[in-house]
Amino acid sequence: MTQKKKQLALFEARIIRRALIDSLVKLNPKDQVRNPVMFVVEVGSILTTLLFVHALFVPGTESAGFILGISLWLWATVLFANFAESVAEGRGKAQADALRGSRKDIQAKRLSCPERDAPITTVASPHLKKGDHVLVEAGDIIPGDGEVVVGVASVNESAITGESAPVIRESGGDRSAVTGGTQVLSDWLVVRITANPGETFLDRMISMVEGAKRQKTPNEIALDILLAGLTIIFLLATVTLLPFSLFSVKAAGQGSPVSITVLVSLLVCLIPTTIGGLLSAIGIAGMDRMIQANVIAMSGRAVEAAGDVDVLLLDKTGTITLGNRQATAFIPAQGVDAKALADAAQLSSLSDETPEGRSIVILAKEKYGFRERDIHALNATLIPFSAHTRMSGVNLGEREVRKGAADAVEEYVKRLGGAFPSDVRAAVDEIAREGGTPLVVAESKKVLGTIRLNDIVKGGIRERFAELRRMGIKTIMITGDNPLTAAAIAAEAGVDDFLAQATPEAKLKLIREHQAGGRLVAMTGDGTNDAPALAQADVAVAMNTGTQAAKEAGNMVDLDSNPTKLIEVVEIGKQLLMTRGTLTTFSIANDVAKYFAILPAAFLTIYPQLGALNIMGLSTPQSAILSAVIFNALIIIALIPLALRGVAYRPMGAGVVLRNNLLVYGLGGLIVPFVGIKVIDMIITSLNLA
Amino acid sequence: MTTYGVIQIGIYFLVLLALVKPLGNYMARVYQGESFGLDLILGPVERLIYRVLGIRPEDEMSWKTYTGSAIVFKVACFFLLFLILRLQGILPLNPQGVPGVSPDLAFNTAVSFITNTNWQAYGGESTMSYLTQMAGLTVQNFVSAAQGMAILVALIRGFTRRTTATIGNYWADMTRSILYILLPLSLFLAVALVSQGVVQNFSPYKNVPLTQTISYDNPKLDADGKPVTGVDGKAVTEPAKASEQTLPLGPAASQIAIKQLGTNGGGFFNVNSAHPFENPTPFSNFLEMLAILLLPAALCYTFGNMVGDRRQGRALLAVMLIIFIPFLILSYISEQTGNPHLATAGVDQAASALQPGGNMEGKEMRFGIANSALWATATTAASNGSVNAMHDSFSPLGGLAPMVLIQLGEIVFGGVGSGLYGMLAFGMVAVFISGLMVGRTPEYLGKKIEAFEMKMAAIVILIPAVCVLLGTAVASVTTAGVAGVSNPGPHGFSQILYALSSASNNNGSAFGGLSANTPFYNTLLGLAMLFGRFWVMVPIIAIAGSLASKKYVTPSAGTLPTHTPLFVMFLAGIIIVVGALTFLPGLALGPIAEHLTLYK
Repeated sequence: MTQKKKQLALFEARIIRRALIDSLVKLNPKDQVRNPVMFVVEVGSILTTLLFVHALFVPGTESAGFILGISLWLWATVLFANFAESVAEGRGKAQADALRGSRKDIQAKRLSCPERDAPITTVASPHLKKGDHVLVEAGDIIPGDGEVVVGVASVNESAITGESAPVIRESGGDRSAVTGGTQVLSDWLVVRITANPGETFLDRMISMVEGAKRQKTPNEIALDILLAGLTIIFLLATVTLLPFSLFSVKAAGQGSPVSITVLVSLLVCLIPTTIGGLLSAIGIAGMDRMIQANVIAMSGRAVEAAGDVDVLLLDKTGTITLGNRQATAFIPAQGVDAKALADAAQLSSLSDETPEGRSIVILAKEKYGFRERDIHALNATLIPFSAHTRMSGVNLGEREVRKGAADAVEEYVKRLGGAFPSDVRAAVDEIAREGGTPLVVAESKKVLGTIRLNDIVKGGIRERFAELRRMGIKTIMITGDNPLTAAAIAAEAGVDDFLAQATPEAKLKLIREHQAGGRLVAMTGDGTNDAPALAQADVAVAMNTGTQAAKEAGNMVDLDSNPTKLIEVVEIGKQLLMTRGTLTTFSIANDVAKYFAILPAAFLTIYPQLGALNIMGLSTPQSAILSAVIFNALIIIALIPLALRGVAYRPMGAGVVLRNNLLVYGLGGLIVPFVGIKVIDMIITSLNLA
Repeated sequence: MTTYGVIQIGIYFLVLLALVKPLGNYMARVYQGESFGLDLILGPVERLIYRVLGIRPEDEMSWKTYTGSAIVFKVACFFLLFLILRLQGILPLNPQGVPGVSPDLAFNTAVSFITNTNWQAYGGESTMSYLTQMAGLTVQNFVSAAQGMAILVALIRGFTRRTTATIGNYWADMTRSILYILLPLSLFLAVALVSQGVVQNFSPYKNVPLTQTISYDNPKLDADGKPVTGVDGKAVTEPAKASEQTLPLGPAASQIAIKQLGTNGGGFFNVNSAHPFENPTPFSNFLEMLAILLLPAALCYTFGNMVGDRRQGRALLAVMLIIFIPFLILSYISEQTGNPHLATAGVDQAASALQPGGNMEGKEMRFGIANSALWATATTAASNGSVNAMHDSFSPLGGLAPMVLIQLGEIVFGGVGSGLYGMLAFGMVAVFISGLMVGRTPEYLGKKIEAFEMKMAAIVILIPAVCVLLGTAVASVTTAGVAGVSNPGPHGFSQILYALSSASNNNGSAFGGLSANTPFYNTLLGLAMLFGRFWVMVPIIAIAGSLASKKYVTPSAGTLPTHTPLFVMFLAGIIIVVGALTFLPGLALGPIAEHLTLYK
């Protein structure tokens, strides 16, 4: 489904068909009045239509054909704006439909108490309430959002994430959340339902993509006010032209006052119809782009806030480094053969199924050719890692091989009467200083040497952080490592700052400090212990694999559970604001050319010398006015792709971005209409339309 | 343009720019309560004023209290001035025995002076007693300018304060503005003007014999005082002779100093600073011109200083200059070019050692074209409105420049304080649009510009424009409105448009030619002045309150810098485009049509 989502073409036939119908429905003044700019255009369309009817019966100075032409193009302007909004909405609706398809009413097995063997009553999923417990077995669809109370199972979450590989869900820990509509593939789960019907994750997702609950974001409201202000100014500037021209007719002793048709045309050309018509489409498309990135924003406000973020908190593991540390070197103690160390290291790690353990075995094989040995054939006793000893290893008859943290091994050898060599101590400190993790290997009371484990910084991440820095965003790495290790990794990855030995409290404190300093903080998180920090952050992206608590606390959910996504989220937020800003500039800049088209035409009978202002050399007054109106309507259609796709974003400082956008949309907005209106005028003239 | 003229204008800007920095910094110290020298001498006076008036300067006000205080004070000022105007006939210091003024003129004049407009529908020497000039008009010149400064300072505090509900104490701001800034500067300027021959006395007007008796035709008036027209429709005249003239006198210098410094502009005499007793020499002219732009320009530095980033103040001053200078050049060139019809008639309009050339109609010989064009543009860029030449007699484009500068909203320099706060409202709009363009919620000097600020800024920009457009529309279709117009054709329309622009934007200069002392124009223009002042002032204080309550957003590389040449150009562009889009149709029917007719 997600695959389909991602491939959704900008203009898909079925969306276009639906949008065409919707744009007619939206002509209803009740809907139109929510957009003051376009409402003014609609009133103008109605007015000119009436004037046309009037002109049919009572011929006046203007030909009925001319009035009809203006009227039709004004209607087209409204329809084009409606169409833009409908297309944007249609794309959301198409996705909502697909999501809705995954929500079927299913028969849930409600348990009387949270145990596998408790008595079962069958209820329809919409009747499940918060706090109910249900049993879900292999092949069942999970009936609602909830938390695993008992059991482990593999779950197919592709309906939500689009990722077909099954994920493990188990009780306790950070992988306990399940989403309604996903399917258990193997084993069973007892789930406590955490959302009432209608409030589930899927419901919220559907309402978000549909835009049903779409509220105007703060910046959108502010822009609306500015546009309304401009509309009022232009309304007055055109309405007062009637008395102005009445006076001028008397003063000049010739000509006729400006007609209502021309005034309406001028008004519609001047008011910011381009941005006014595309504004809601831009907002919806912004949400849509988030969804394309597989991020569900809980509100448009969150998307907008993402553009303002200036501090990013990133977890080290999984975001900055590959999930696992890897062994990179064996450093033998003085007088110990490197091979002996590698051999012992390999033995101690044979039973260690952690990625670190596997990487030691691999390193021993790569460097010294030790093949993997069958642990049972060696007749070895495995000593698993315990929190108490903080070591793991094997016993091979007399040989007791151990590996673990330096202080744990030190304590171990000293207890056996051995000594901890100073060169090993030095090696341990050296590794820690360089950002690695040292593991010491000992055989009985003899310390053999050190294994060096390294965090592997993800490829390309350094460049990404440099980009963010250019955008003015500070990156902070969060890690549980000690400060020494953290500093080394921070330097390697190129983050601006780090928080070592991070506890949930320390994270929360860090966020609050930055916020108090007037910064907007974004972070990702998945665990329940991230929830307070997520709730505090301005933009909080919860991983879909995370706990219910984390998802509730965040204001976005990343369905791919990819912590690096935060960067993309910021870019989408910025793009949304930029698209609005550039189209506003474009819209206002357009007006200059329209004045030069309409003013000389409107006043030509009063002051023929004002024809000097007709710098485009438009052929007749009627064609000049009609050309301006047509241009004004067509530019909306021409800019729909830009509104939906968003202005191209490149990570650069604000000054450079402004300069580039001003050149393209400011200067371009000044020049384009001069060319466009002239071309339309030439076409109209050659077709003898006016 | 002549070399001599360009040099004079160059010297003017050099002196102006040299003065704005020290003065701006001085004012910042005054408002920030730092030591600035004069407080050592006048501090006791300040404290005495507070004690006598019961002002507690440390009592901080919310924006609503601040607005309330400002409005209450202005209402009181209105009634005081209205009463003085009505009752001046029975009040002292009235050597000429002028009667109380009519109710509609008293309303118009009182509104005009409390709003810092100083539109004058009267002639000073023939209508006002010395008491009215001093206790009525001069006092308002001080307090209306001080009010602009106080509100600007409140707005600056909005930028600098963080999460507070208060923006300062109105009464303290007023007191400090007058005591430490306006009074000392006025005193200095008044003395300098007296040295040049500006009159300052309480003597009655003097009749002096003319060196030569003049014969002229006097229009014959009927019993109602209206001109009698003969059978041919022309006014009937009768021959008359004059052998003496009346020289008006009075306490002029003290009023002229603050009239120039406080961007008031209301002249002591009818012809304002074209009058030889009000502006006798080229040097007095230079000082008076300097005083027009001095405070509005210096306040940019005060702003930069107080917000802790001087570049911000310089950027706004640069925006003002970038808009101002092209209009000055347009006006100067247009005046120096003269009239093409005179050229075809064989008149030599070239500048030479013997004549200034160009269009000298309505200009004083002692000032010439450069100084008249500079004054005309400076007085309209700043909302001063005093004149040293008659704008009505300017060439169409020479007159268009002052008119456009007024219509831009009196923010290119603008009124003392009010110009900069209007400019800051435009700044917020520019920041909003450009902020969106760089992909961030816009912020200006660390304060987020959101819906409330946009709403208020939109009102600030909208209201004066609405007043100009609606007022002009009403005047151009009503009989009473059209009756005041003295010229036919597009120039007549320019007269109405100019008057409404001047009143709504609180400039106060008159194009001339419009008979504005009628109940219709007195009321219409009075209302325009009231709306234009208070509907800008209140939203600005509201913005101050809203900004003060916000937290500070630390700038980063993603924050749009507002001191760069790019932003300066963008802000200037926004001002020009909004102004042009609003007024281009009107201007096309007035000066532009007139210009094109002239050069057809």
